[in-house]
Amino acid sequence: MRRGATGLIIPVLILLLWELFGRLGDLPVDAVSRPSDIAVAWFNSLIDGSLLLATWQTFETALLGLAIAATVGVLTGVALGLMPLLEQVTGPTIEALRPIPAIAFMPLALMMFGFGVALEASIVAYACVWPILIVTIGAVRAIEPRLLEVAATLEMPLADRLWKIVMPAAFARINVGLRIAAAIALVVAVTVEIVLNPRGLGYHLILAEQSLHVGLMYAQLFWLCVIGYLLNLVLRNIGGPSRAWGMAQ
Amino acid sequence: MQAALRQKIEPQLVKAAVPALSVRGLRVTYGTEATGGRTVLDGVTFEVRDGEFLCVVGGSGTGKTTLLRALAGLVRPSGGELSFAGQAITGPSRDRAIIFQDYSKALLPWRTVRGNIALSLEARRVPPDVREATIDELVAKMGLTHAQHQFPAQLSGGMQQRVQIARCLAQEPEILLMDEPFGALDAMTRQVLQDEILQLAADKKMTVVFITHDLEEAIYLGDSVVVLGRTPATVIETVEVGLPRPRNQLTTREDARFLAHRHRLFQLLAHNQVGPLGFAARHPATEA
Repeated sequence: MRRGATGLIIPVLILLLWELFGRLGDLPVDAVSRPSDIAVAWFNSLIDGSLLLATWQTFETALLGLAIAATVGVLTGVALGLMPLLEQVTGPTIEALRPIPAIAFMPLALMMFGFGVALEASIVAYACVWPILIVTIGAVRAIEPRLLEVAATLEMPLADRLWKIVMPAAFARINVGLRIAAAIALVVAVTVEIVLNPRGLGYHLILAEQSLHVGLMYAQLFWLCVIGYLLNLVLRNIGGPSRAWGMAQ
Repeated sequence: MQAALRQKIEPQLVKAAVPALSVRGLRVTYGTEATGGRTVLDGVTFEVRDGEFLCVVGGSGTGKTTLLRALAGLVRPSGGELSFAGQAITGPSRDRAIIFQDYSKALLPWRTVRGNIALSLEARRVPPDVREATIDELVAKMGLTHAQHQFPAQLSGGMQQRVQIARCLAQEPEILLMDEPFGALDAMTRQVLQDEILQLAADKKMTVVFITHDLEEAIYLGDSVVVLGRTPATVIETVEVGLPRPRNQLTTREDARFLAHRHRLFQLLAHNQVGPLGFAARHPATEA
């Protein structure tokens, strides 16, 4: 709590100085708004529901994309991690696809899906699947071979082996990959909205800028900052059980 | 002495007609000749009688663990025949439980003591209500009652090894394969566990193959001791122990026959020890 309080000193100081310079009239007002104006703009957009709707739209697509990436990434990663031969075959293809910036798929995705959730979620999924896949392969490779031998000696069926041995043993590391991917998901979703997709926080951000509502633009920027922070907080707490396992090691 | 030994052996020879485990000309090579493969075992032949406690000794690096892993079905032999209860060994089986030396790696760190034991019962599809009762029984038998809700990392090495033994017993195997199970434990704990495993084997008439580098442990526990030596390793001698049971940490170890076996095994191993320069070391104690 005390650490949180001291961490607030710098942001508060910046806001105060910013407000002060704004009041003294030294700011080029068309590019920089005053914190008080930003607060009003934020409050208004919150009241009329536009901010919350945009937030939901961005989250919806980011989470959908992330969920697709997590499913594909974890399943493929476990398979490749358990079957080194398969990984040898697919490895070069993965390495060739991975470096393509997800954003570069925007025109293609637009042709395939048109504007909307599918366009955005597909690009988010493409961006997120790689870190999850790579981390999962590594996590499965790192499983103590003894544990797999125990499973073999007990003649456990494949489903039990995966559910009772592989997933719990690899969970802590896979979870790190999911957290990295979640941060990427938000960045990519907002980017797609700014550049192309007429929905969500990114779209409202560019709309505010283009209609010279500078205060509103800043309000949304701060809002994104808060959301990113909260998202990370939530994901860290999902890592709770994995930390308990880690402690038991 | 000779006559006394023969007396001990003869009744067992009758039982030997139905070996539980049979190893004939076992060869294990890691890698291929082209990639600098190494033959660890070659021509290993011995039998384990039903209900026998057989110990395998050999210097470090002779391939004791490889032998046990082959018996468990975790290592595929390059040659020879392995059979258990008349059936060829082609892979791992619940009938053959293996107790690993590195107990800390063989337990699921995210499951409690009870959860680890439950794994075997889940694999056997034991219904949940029966499962709990079986775990209670095993936990009590292995002296784990006060630790049953703890995680492996919270337990001492000796306790962790007890958990592994309990889990192996829960799979109701027909044979226990033990790979230097007490090698990493302190002397006191080791003696206690030695006596417990003897008790268990006697109670359940369990067939056991027990790997160790400790000659005294092998003689103390075993009905017979198989000595592995040479490179690649093969059986250089099989010693019938013939000491009375139940065994006792003090009197058994002071028995003249115990000491005679120890002397014999020590000489065998010392002659077959490969020294740092690659040739057999001549141990001063064996010169006499």
